[in-house]
Amino acid sequence: MSITKHTDEKIEVQRRVELAASPLARLQRMIEIRFVEDRIQDLFAQGLIPGTTHTSQGQEAVAVALGSATRPTDIVCCTYRGHGIALALGIRPEAVLGEVLGRQIGCMGGLGGSMHLSDPAIGLLPTFAIVGAGTPVAVGAALQFATLKSDGVAVSVFGDGATNIGGFHEGLNLAAVWNLPAVFLCENNLYGEYSPIATTTAVTDIAERAASYNMPSEIVDGQDVDLVEAAISRAVERARSGGGPTLIEAKTYRYAGHSRSDKAPYRPDGELDAWLARDPIELYAKKLESTGDLGGRTLDEIRDEQRGFIDDAEAAAVASPSGSVAQMFAHVLAP
Amino acid sequence: MAVYSLRPLRGEGFRALPMRIRMNQAISRAIADEMESDPRVVVFGEDVAVAEGPFKTSEGLLTTFGADRVRDTPISETGFLGAAVGAAMTGLRPVTEIMFIEFLGVAFDQVVTEAALMHYLSGGRFNVPMVVRASAGSGLGFGCQHSQTLERWMLGTPGLKLAVSSGARTAYGLTRAAIRDNNPVVLLEPRALYGERENVEPGEGSIIELGTAETVREGSDVTVVALGQTVKVALDAEAAGSWSGEVIDLLSLMPWDKEAVLSSVRRTGRLVVVEENQFTGGWGTEIASFVSSAGFGDLKAPVLRITAPDVPVPFGQELERRFLPSAEYVVQQVDALLANNRAPAPWWKEFV
Repeated sequence: MSITKHTDEKIEVQRRVELAASPLARLQRMIEIRFVEDRIQDLFAQGLIPGTTHTSQGQEAVAVALGSATRPTDIVCCTYRGHGIALALGIRPEAVLGEVLGRQIGCMGGLGGSMHLSDPAIGLLPTFAIVGAGTPVAVGAALQFATLKSDGVAVSVFGDGATNIGGFHEGLNLAAVWNLPAVFLCENNLYGEYSPIATTTAVTDIAERAASYNMPSEIVDGQDVDLVEAAISRAVERARSGGGPTLIEAKTYRYAGHSRSDKAPYRPDGELDAWLARDPIELYAKKLESTGDLGGRTLDEIRDEQRGFIDDAEAAAVASPSGSVAQMFAHVLAP
Repeated sequence: MAVYSLRPLRGEGFRALPMRIRMNQAISRAIADEMESDPRVVVFGEDVAVAEGPFKTSEGLLTTFGADRVRDTPISETGFLGAAVGAAMTGLRPVTEIMFIEFLGVAFDQVVTEAALMHYLSGGRFNVPMVVRASAGSGLGFGCQHSQTLERWMLGTPGLKLAVSSGARTAYGLTRAAIRDNNPVVLLEPRALYGERENVEPGEGSIIELGTAETVREGSDVTVVALGQTVKVALDAEAAGSWSGEVIDLLSLMPWDKEAVLSSVRRTGRLVVVEENQFTGGWGTEIASFVSSAGFGDLKAPVLRITAPDVPVPFGQELERRFLPSAEYVVQQVDALLANNRAPAPWWKEFV
């Protein structure tokens, strides 16, 4: 028994490749991510979902840039703050919302939940709920590409908080020692759970840590999707051509707290407002307006259209039955 | 077939079967045979390539299969076990080596929380065909941080398989089966047995299916279930004792062969489990619990677990010898059980 029927590989791959081809698609996807995560917060607030969730409003440019700069045949390992990346890589909103709700339509058939999203069709390994765990796993995927002589690239996405755990350092060292086609993408959102970076991390710029592993690094404005995409593309190209791994630090911000229950009282006054003034969606919409890439529509019209899509996706997710007991037993061991 | 450069096998007649070889040679040969038949099989770990393994369990692999497939890693268990997870999920079949099972502690997440759960967390769409080999156990004077067996750390972890070799022949058979399995498999190798020789017949026919036990001696008075290093202890005890014991080498702990044990107990009416680990939470608790329920009506005596005491493994030679149940001690315990169908107290009772 497989849950493949709940995904549509063609649609997911199409959703992925259209990002690279179309600036408007990148804007639409950022809006989609924002709305899906807003909706997830609403569903939790209504008491419809148990447990916890970690949203990434404010970080959408990094996710969409990653989807745009990589191929569905590449491999991505990312964290439990993964709705945005899952959507950016191609998973459909109803499959993300359904998974968060524990429904059969979810990309894991309801076995995973908010922290565990995956689809092999677009190269997303199950997102990791253990801080730092995905980094060495991405190195292994890169090892596979190197060993089997393909031109694939493995990307590890993590937050600033993960750069203090051993797995991060062991992964970067191994990738450098073996000169593997890996990209390490840090979403530095300034907080590791509830703690500001300065209280937990000996460096201000995570990119500095690459020097320990003799690895090139780059700092990029994480609110500008085109700049992030260019940085990731440079790293991906280096990896594909045998140039080894790169560490990219995208300076970004999460508008919400660490998790569902965290109202982020630890943030200094004015900090959130300053970041909201550089909202990645607003910034990109303005840019596309000036270049004439909005297709004659206004940002509000594009938002309304996306809102309608997410209404439909939410309705489909809510209407889907809860995960099946048979599924619960079907995937403990592989045949 | 490619020409192996498995040095230890050369002078002994590469094709002459069976071969009387050491357990570490049998492991090297098993890995080589799988690497030969499947180009996706790769090997990495600390000093497994150039040095051919701290316990010489990867002899000849680097020279035969090359540096792309046989790699030395940094001392970095989280890094390379994590890499094994990612490599396994995306198309390779990594065989990794943890030098001493205790070193798994620093990388445990990658085994029980990542490797074991990725198949489930992908709704069955990613497999994790990786092997974690580790040397384990007491008897060589390595002290308490390098002498444990630690099967119990992993017992009951859904998504993981766990097996323990008891000599060269079973090491060959289990290693090949583990590499072929589509799940993460932890394979423990009693370190004290690496140098012990046994007849091994390399080939498909010697592969031992995971989850199956072997009855290594038939008997009628008592079923003696053993694992790893205690298999020889149980056989020696049976030979020395005045009773007829049916000795079962359990081989796999996850899954374990319930039918083999239960059907034997139905014949003998008694179950003794001989474990190298400490008493509390040892693997035998699972066997004892299951048989006490499912075989209750067949039991003439209480289930007896013969284990090490609840202390760290001591270093001094005399003390370490005392830690592991000896054949003499097993004879005494089984004699006492058979005398009145009551479970005797362990030797360490006066100390706890």
